[in-house]
Amino acid sequence: MNYELVIGLETHVELNTQSKIFCSCGGHSSPKEANDCVCPACSGMPGMLPVMNKRVVELAVTAGLMLNCEISRYTTFDKKNYYYPDLPCAYQITQLNHPICTNGLVSVGKRDIRIKQIHMEEDAGKLVHEGKFSFVDFNRTSVPLIEIVTQPDFRSAEEVVAYLTKLKSMFRSGGISECEEGAMRCDINISVRPEGSEEYGVRTKIKNMSSLEAIERAIRYEAQRHIDALEFETEELVQETRRFDDVSGKTFAMRNKETEADYRYFPDANLMPIIIDDEWLEQIKSAKPVAIDEKADAYREAGISEKEIEMLIGNFKISKLLDDVISLGCNAKDSAAWILTDCAGILRKDGLLLSDLDITPEALSLVIKQVAEGKINRAAGKKVLIAVIEDKVDPMEFIKKNSLDAKVDEGAITAVIAKVIEANPTAVADYKGGKEKALQAIFGACMRELKGAGDPATLKSLLEKKLKD
Amino acid sequence: MKYYATKISNNGNIAVDDTILVKGVQTAAGSRILKGFKPLFSAEAVTRLEAKGYTVSGKTNVGEFALDLVGEFSYYGEAEDTIKGAAAELVKSGEVKAALGVDVNGSTRRAAAISGVDFLKPTYGTVSRYGIISTAASGEQLGVYAADTSKIKEVMDVISGHDEKDGTSLKKEYDYTDTDDAHGKKVCIIKELLEKADDETKALINSYAEKLRKNGVEVEEISFDLCEVANTAWQILYSAETCNNLSRYDGVKYGYRAEGYKNIDELYVKSRTEGFNFLTKAVILYGSDVLSKNRYDDCYGKSLKVRRVVYEKFEELMKQYDAVLTPACSKKEFTAYSIDDAFVKVFEESIFTAIPNLIGTPALVSGSVQLMGTHFAESTLLSLAGSVERMGE
Ligand SMILES: [Zn+2]
Repeated sequence: MNYELVIGLETHVELNTQSKIFCSCGGHSSPKEANDCVCPACSGMPGMLPVMNKRVVELAVTAGLMLNCEISRYTTFDKKNYYYPDLPCAYQITQLNHPICTNGLVSVGKRDIRIKQIHMEEDAGKLVHEGKFSFVDFNRTSVPLIEIVTQPDFRSAEEVVAYLTKLKSMFRSGGISECEEGAMRCDINISVRPEGSEEYGVRTKIKNMSSLEAIERAIRYEAQRHIDALEFETEELVQETRRFDDVSGKTFAMRNKETEADYRYFPDANLMPIIIDDEWLEQIKSAKPVAIDEKADAYREAGISEKEIEMLIGNFKISKLLDDVISLGCNAKDSAAWILTDCAGILRKDGLLLSDLDITPEALSLVIKQVAEGKINRAAGKKVLIAVIEDKVDPMEFIKKNSLDAKVDEGAITAVIAKVIEANPTAVADYKGGKEKALQAIFGACMRELKGAGDPATLKSLLEKKLKD
Repeated sequence: MKYYATKISNNGNIAVDDTILVKGVQTAAGSRILKGFKPLFSAEAVTRLEAKGYTVSGKTNVGEFALDLVGEFSYYGEAEDTIKGAAAELVKSGEVKAALGVDVNGSTRRAAAISGVDFLKPTYGTVSRYGIISTAASGEQLGVYAADTSKIKEVMDVISGHDEKDGTSLKKEYDYTDTDDAHGKKVCIIKELLEKADDETKALINSYAEKLRKNGVEVEEISFDLCEVANTAWQILYSAETCNNLSRYDGVKYGYRAEGYKNIDELYVKSRTEGFNFLTKAVILYGSDVLSKNRYDDCYGKSLKVRRVVYEKFEELMKQYDAVLTPACSKKEFTAYSIDDAFVKVFEESIFTAIPNLIGTPALVSGSVQLMGTHFAESTLLSLAGSVERMGE
């Protein structure tokens, strides 16, 4: 018999905010030592009250808009009770009854995935075990998260991976989350049923998955386990929570205690309901970055290559730099090359990545324009760029100081050409004898003689003309 | 009588209950579970008072988390023959000008009534809850004990007002003026509550009503049949919230940790078993039960609906009257009793005090009786009580 796989996802995404969700501790930046990003509020001391970080609401709404959700105008928080040493208050503040976004839709290839809801919540801390002691680290407590819950609309592991990849690039490009390692975690609800059947099979949940590669393996394993159980009655399937073991590639049932807990949810009276009025919603909408599909189309239209678009969409900072440079009057295709080829090359030499790029759109646009307007040649432009990136110099001052914009008239170029031809009779003879490559050597020699100053295009045409004489 | 759990200054003029944080001073809410806990910051109300030149004399003894009748079950108290609230008695002695207390289930109001001093439980949201040891966030409120209405006004003027550190704090201006004019006001006595009190207390209410009448206030008895259900709803809500808020006292981070545990579950169970008294445990168990999956709709969910109905009906009543006159407790004096009976006793006594906690309205205890009003009616309550206070005996 053929079986159909049915999967729903609960995805936790760490939001990119300056501070935690209910206190003013730095939220996103990674602290160096245990408990150095902690205050009485996020370590569960009595007397402190949670105060809502507005930015979290705005990012959650932006995520909802990107996933075509309905935005709740009235949203509230609930407390989820359980004891664990990494949870300082013994409850987690989350949203059960009035989540911030509902009923969304996102397409993955040909499949439409319905989003049931998005809700805001706080993260828990971390336990560190050392010998017979255990230590708690509250740096992560109250770090803001959104949880995105889908309907059971996935039919394959590939669709799940495609969806998560799409979320990642959306959230990166939207400035919602950096989505770095571990900042996006999934619970996978999975069941199988005979093809054509309308009823759902017994559902299991694989908790706390982070790497896409592991997610794919876990789904394949779990699906096969379900199919074997149905087909060969190898075991009886029960609704339960399981964990994936990366080494063996298998899933294992977790202790029942953890899965059958009654969390005693109830409304949090310390946090007043949040009302999102028209004005606020419009404000969030207008600040919302263009959807990545639209953005990719715009880049495509401007003549930027597919490979470059892929690099840009996945990197919010860089695509913003490009947009800014374009808005300062630079050509899109040109600018993309300057950023993705030249800047990246300069950084690579220093062992850095494109995301480490530190240059203002103004400085970059000056360099690009100087070259585009023929005021300096491209090689000189590159020199300026290196100085701007590495030594933080002012591009215009650097150009002046090094006389890169020294005007070289055609007369001077012609004189240089004459000099070089005289000095390189062999190369000239080779070229005239049909060796096209020899031109490159002569051209290079001219450039050296001009010390990089002249316009290469002018030089090239004058040189060719001279040699054809 | 042992007034203080921790004494701070001999020249202090204001005392604060041990449910309110004072920076660097043990704040244990009368419980062993918080033994040795020294907060890193003071409650907003304390900070505001200190900024105005007040000095805190010390942390007055409270019953564990202020859950009992008047403060009889404190880990830091002493066995007494006559049960009295420490802060109320201290104010009565004249050693301090006023004291701060947290009203979550009426213990402060009962203590004031028994000692014969004033206590104002203000409208919810008027005084910051930043820095109080929270039990039931949706109805607890910091209030003031003092010998008369003018001192209450003096302190309330300092501690009330918006605080951005408390998300439930209101942005509003307040008025605690005793207008010295009660004439023409209308006050009702809730028959159902009067019937619950003993004869001595009934007589107290009647004589208070007489005094009001002499000052030109119209007083009449009416029926308000939601007292019983309002109390049950509040006992459910406050127990549930208390259960949740006390969960953080687990022996892991600060306060009391039991010895001889083998794993984390034992650490929790032993620390909490030894750290909480019997009444607190009863409230936690009751609160845990009403929040459980099978009981939630019938208990917690229904109580939230009751809260709305009581709010509407009380507001309706307050369109006809300026204030409600009721007993603050069923008897004038309390006698010692076993902690095993405390949960039921508190449940029963709270019928007099529950409505203001449930719906966030103000209540003023003065002359051993209670005046309740609609939201922000503090000035009216203080004017009525002030008019009686100035008549003397
Ligand atoms: Zn914090």
